[in-house]
Amino acid sequence: MSATKLSVKHLLGIKQLTPDDIQLILHTADQFKEVINRPIKKVPSLRDITIANLFFENSTRTRVSFELAERRLSADTVNFSAAQSSVKKGETLIDTVNNILAMKVDMVVMRHPNPGACVFLSRHIDASIINAGDGAHEHPTQALLDAYSIRERLGDVKGKKIAIIGDILHSRVALSNIFCLQKLGAEVMVCGPRTLMPRYISSLGVKVEFDLRKALEWCDVANMLRIQLERQDIKYFPSLREYTMQYGLDMPTLRSLGKEIIVMHPGPINRGVEITSEVADSGQAIILDQVENGVAVRMAVLYLLAGRMQD
Amino acid sequence: MAPRLILHPQQFAITINRLCHQLIETHDNFSESVIIGLQPRGVLLARRIHKTLNTILPGHSISLGELDVTFYRDDFRRRDLIANRTQIDFVIEDKNVILVDDVLYTGRTIRAGLDAMMAFGRPKDVELLVLIDRRFSRNLPIQAKYIGRTVDTIASEKIKVDWKEAGGEDHVWLMTQE
Repeated sequence: MSATKLSVKHLLGIKQLTPDDIQLILHTADQFKEVINRPIKKVPSLRDITIANLFFENSTRTRVSFELAERRLSADTVNFSAAQSSVKKGETLIDTVNNILAMKVDMVVMRHPNPGACVFLSRHIDASIINAGDGAHEHPTQALLDAYSIRERLGDVKGKKIAIIGDILHSRVALSNIFCLQKLGAEVMVCGPRTLMPRYISSLGVKVEFDLRKALEWCDVANMLRIQLERQDIKYFPSLREYTMQYGLDMPTLRSLGKEIIVMHPGPINRGVEITSEVADSGQAIILDQVENGVAVRMAVLYLLAGRMQD
Repeated sequence: MAPRLILHPQQFAITINRLCHQLIETHDNFSESVIIGLQPRGVLLARRIHKTLNTILPGHSISLGELDVTFYRDDFRRRDLIANRTQIDFVIEDKNVILVDDVLYTGRTIRAGLDAMMAFGRPKDVELLVLIDRRFSRNLPIQAKYIGRTVDTIASEKIKVDWKEAGGEDHVWLMTQE
């Protein structure tokens, strides 16, 4: 690892990061993982920093994870969700954010339904911005924690085969994961129904597969995505039951592979749709490790971006 | 100006030996004491002290930990610092802790180290051991109890410690910046 600081001032997406940036984040997350397992799980690094968490879209895991990460770094936090705000009264995004920044906020963590909302904001305001998911575009911290979890279990991401399975079309997790895993030297395959496969996805340099069985036989790690019913305005497949028959992962299938693959899921799980409860709760699933690592990875991102604030 | 040699390998070994014997005078068989090296270079000294103590006091297991202070520093936004591993696999509650670093200069690293250490519990007593004490350059009221060599330096000078473990020989140099 050669970098001692990030090449970016905002975390807008994995696309903007260099492989050195990603390695630095993962290395720093290692140290924070040790911190959050101490009797006192808190360090004073960001005690002079105020962070606003702006969630214009629902979230449980990401929001709690960011909040915990911020508090364990001793930052002050303010929370904001669109449901109970002036956004409903017609305020624009820049106005909303500028009003919050006028109260001396240093960093903004934002989730927004529109792709590119964070990029737009970064051009107009002064604070450091972290994308916590923008529509179907990117979810960089999820990709970082996925890479961290793979590295933790398999020793390295480089050279590993990772299959991303399910609703590729609507998934920001898929796009960020593809960028992140490729930058770390992994081979990536996407697998799902044709209707949920973006038409030019192979131009990103990923393998495309429509047969779940073949994808599972190829991979070391299967990242099972959630079917995002809330983003599907038309029917992409005849029924959930049919989707489960074709693309759901169950224990008999997992056992029949003749090798032990790792099963990941970004959550929230639709139990019995993408994966059965038995698979989700098995030793091959690292779903809860992903959640634990999420706090350490987000601490690393916040800490390293704060280090760039005086540049 | 050429670098000036402060400790050559033989003096280096004698100094480490003396520090170990001073520690034994106070800590007896180390049943109530633990050694914690500060990352990155204090760890090398702590390992060497630990190794030497083990040859002087065979049969006793002495606890050795590594502590990274990066997240506790007061200057992390002014410098590019990479965090290192922290590993403390023992309880420090009610123990006598010997903090170890290679060079004591402004005292800020030790201040951060004290804070970082407290996250692991409340020790009974904390002492500081350093190989080189740069006298008259402290920013904080911090002093070492065990000192390898005291040197008088000015701010433009630098102390460089070479370690056998890092591929060279055991040396301490005083460097003057041109």
